Formats: sequence, structure tokens, C-alpha cells
Amino acid sequence: MKNNQIIEKVIHGIFLMLGIISVCCVLLITAYLIVAGIPAIREIGLVNFLTGKEWASVAAEPKFGILPFILTSIYGTAGAILIGVPIGFLTAVYLSKLASPRVKSVMQSAVSLLAGIPSVVYGLIGMMVLVPGIRRMFDVPDGAGLMAAIIVLAIMILPSIIKMSITALDAVPKEYEDASLALGATSIETYFRVSVPAAKSGIAAAVVLGVGRAIGEAMAVMMVAGNAPNMPDSLFQSVRFLTTAVAGEMSYSSGLQQQALFSIALVLFIFIMVINILLNFILKREKE
Amino acid sequence: MKRVISIVMIAVLAICMLTGCGSKSSETVTTDGSTSMEKVIGALGEAFQEDTGISFTYNPTGSGSGIQAVQEGRCDIGLSSRDLKDEEKESGLTATVLAYDGIAIVVNPENQVSDLSLEDIAKIYKGEIKNWKEVGGKDAEIVLIGREAGSGTRDGFESITGTEEACQYRQELTSTGDVITTVSQNPDAIGYASVAALNDTVKALTVDGVAATEDTIKDGSYVVQRPFVLVTKTDTELSEAAQKFFDFATSTDANQIISDAGVVNAN
Repeated sequence: MKNNQIIEKVIHGIFLMLGIISVCCVLLITAYLIVAGIPAIREIGLVNFLTGKEWASVAAEPKFGILPFILTSIYGTAGAILIGVPIGFLTAVYLSKLASPRVKSVMQSAVSLLAGIPSVVYGLIGMMVLVPGIRRMFDVPDGAGLMAAIIVLAIMILPSIIKMSITALDAVPKEYEDASLALGATSIETYFRVSVPAAKSGIAAAVVLGVGRAIGEAMAVMMVAGNAPNMPDSLFQSVRFLTTAVAGEMSYSSGLQQQALFSIALVLFIFIMVINILLNFILKREKE
Repeated sequence: MKRVISIVMIAVLAICMLTGCGSKSSETVTTDGSTSMEKVIGALGEAFQEDTGISFTYNPTGSGSGIQAVQEGRCDIGLSSRDLKDEEKESGLTATVLAYDGIAIVVNPENQVSDLSLEDIAKIYKGEIKNWKEVGGKDAEIVLIGREAGSGTRDGFESITGTEEACQYRQELTSTGDVITTVSQNPDAIGYASVAALNDTVKALTVDGVAATEDTIKDGSYVVQRPFVLVTKTDTELSEAAQKFFDFATSTDANQIISDAGVVNAN
């Protein structure tokens, strides 16, 4: 009997340890980013850093202004949401409510496959197909830029939006819909006036998840956005995102430049934290 | 059935682990640095490994990282595709030139322009010449493709052409392959890349009438070129294995391998 209790306790301890590992990772990363990110912000000045419009990290007189990156990340994410959410949301309504079981299963596995494609593949196809396509279609000198990045991001966030929305829509009690149908509403009216409002917090969570995915993407964006540190004042402008600013220069960086890259990572981290808190808040409210 | 599959998979994994252990040799030479040197270092490392049985690793991180790695003792030999700066030499590092690499100026094969002077290249990259018709091409805006800040190729190109901090890049890409792909996709683009990495999807321009060939790079008449450097610590002796590799790479025996990799041997 005593033996059993000891084994129970040991196993309990092992599980606790395993659980602590991931918590420790988060704490370690947070602490490291703050420690590594603060010095450069101190040296450059928070206001200069966040609102400076020029980034010239290896110049003789280096300039470290990340406003172009912040705006690019916001515009890029907003653009991806603007394109991705309507497509993803309507796809989810179709798959959850209208599609026949066979169509649903085929399309759902296609969506899962889309989620599994590595981001470098999105980037490669963007580079080979999308960028030359934009160049020809809009008759601009070069297709790489904000617009190409937005399109790639919009496609990349589709799977998370679709899957999350389907889950939310599937969870709407069938009685609600039956009641609406019995009162004489058509099925489309029922889906959009009854099912969607009932699932709205789940759909909101899907959107936030999409934002998180879009703002954190680096590889695919780096291959299609052009990466020149310009202000994003046109859709065809060659731009650099927060993620690509870090990824692009990190391998060669040193000194204050490297510290500034950590500061960019810290800014990005704060963005993603805010998004996560928002997501948790929405999901919690849904439960209540 | 599931159980059988998982047992088989575990067995396969275990065998994989064992084979991993088996091929591990006690002696290793580690190198770290320039991505542009991948081809030449890869070929040298392979030949060295075959000859001596000493295992050889190459970590393509970039010239800056390679120099830092050798400074911090994280690798035996650092690889840099630019000469060391004075402050780096003062900090106790020695540079040994392994080979010379020509930086080719590449355009899309559709482009009618096939020769540019060094000044014109500089003007194009500084944004003073904006249209291909100014240098004898068709009426189209020039799209400048370059590498990211800190890249050895960019550093080499900008210091040779005298365009440091003045380049008006349309795109800054993070690898030679990306530059070549992008230029091959855009008829109005111009880019620069290691001669070793060229392929027929892009057209290399002659500079001041000189094409980038082994002879022109070696005798210095092709001006857009830079050294490939082995970086070692000045006052610390290399390990026996690393010294063997160093001697091999800088000996005349390695010349054939180096030139097969598309660069010009220095020794």
C-alpha cells in the first residue's frame, strides 16, 4: 500500500516536471527578450526607436527607427485579414451548414493540407508565380512588395480561420436552427441570422488567431515583400515587416545593431502577447 | 496492427540512432561562416574527409557570424568572403586568402544590355541612372536587386563600386539563390551574385568590356572581385585535424577542387 503511494507521488512529480518545462520556456524567453531588448531601446531612446522613420543599421551613422516595420506589420496583417476573413468565414459557413458530407470531408482535408504546407513553400510559390504576376497585371516595375505579402498572408491564415469557425458553427445547438426554420425562415436566413450570431465569439477568436499567425510569419513574407526598409505608403512598395527585419539581418549583425534587432523582437513579442490576451479574453467570454 | 507498426518504427529509429553513433569520428574540423563559400568549402571538405577520414562540418551562417564564431572558439576555422577589418585583425585574428571570387553583375536574359562600366553600375545602384534606355537598353525602369545589410556579397559589391550606404535597393534578399531567381523572373531587374553561383537563367554582364572569367579575375582585369578568406586565431594553435585541413586547403593539391567550384585559387 505504501509502495503504491510512493509510486503515485513519483509519477505525479514527473508529470509536474514535464509541465514546468514548457512554463519555464515561456518565462525564459520572456525574460531573455526583455533583458536583451531593453539596452538598445535605452541607447536609442524609446520615442526615437518607435517613431523613427529611417532604418540604416550598418551605416556609418546608424539610424534605428522601426516605424516603417511597425506600420508594415499592421497594414500587412490588416490587409490579410480583410481578404482572408470573408473568404475563410464564408467557406466555414458553407462547409458547416450547406455542404454535403462528401464535399465537406474532401474540402476539410484540403484545408488541413493547406495548414500543413511549410511557409517556405508559400514563399517560393509567391516568388515564382505571384510576384511576376503582380508585375504584369498592374504594370509596375517589380511585383515584390506589400501587396504580394498581403496575398500570401491571406492564404496562410485561411486554414486557422476556417477550422476555428467550423468548430464554432458546428457547436450551435440544432434546436436553434430548427426553431428558426419552423418559424418560416429560409435556410440561408437561418444560418446568417441564427447560427452565425450564436457562434460569433468563436468566429471572433478565429479572426484573432489569424491576426496572430499573420503578424508572426517571417519566411514566406521575406521572399515576397522586397525587404527594403521603406514606409508602406503604397501597395506596391517594397517593405520590411517586424519579423523579416529581425530574420533578415540577424545572421550578420553585431553590436548595437544586434541589440536593436532584439528590441524589434521584443516589440513583436508584445504585439503577439496582446493578441493572445485578446484571444483568451474572447474564449473565456464564450465559455461564460 | 497499430502496435506492430509502432514497434517496427521504434526499431527503425533505434537503428538510425546506432548508425549515427557508428559514423561519428573522434576528430572533427568545424568551419563556420560565409554562405557564398558554400560550394568551394563543401568540395574541399568532402575531398578532405575522403582522404583523411577526419569528419568535416560547415555551418553556413554568414561572414560576420563566422568571424565571431572563431573569435569565441565555437569553430576551428572561420570563413569570410571579405577581408578582415583592422579592428578584427587587432582582436587577434589572422586572414589567409583561399581564393578569389568574382561578383557577377546579372540581368535577365531578355535584357539587351550586355556591358556596363563600373561607374554606370555605381550610378545605377545609387539611383542616378533610373532607366535602361540611358545605358543602351529599352525604355524601362531599372529594378535594383541586392542583398541584406551585412551580407559579404553586398559588402564586397558596395565597397568595390563605391556605393556604400547609397544603394537604392528595390529588393533586399537574403541569399544568392533568391537574387538569381528574382532577376530571372523580372526582365528589368539587375542584381549581383557570386560567379560560382551563376546559371543560365540569368545573363552576366561584362564590366568595362571584361567578362568574369578565371583569367580575368586572377589577373585583376575584372574589377568586381573579392577574396575568400580562412580566419584563424593568431596566437592559438589549430587542433591537429584543423591544421591538416588548413594545409590541405591552401596547398596546390586543392587548386583543382577550388577552380572546379567556380572560383579562382590564390595559392
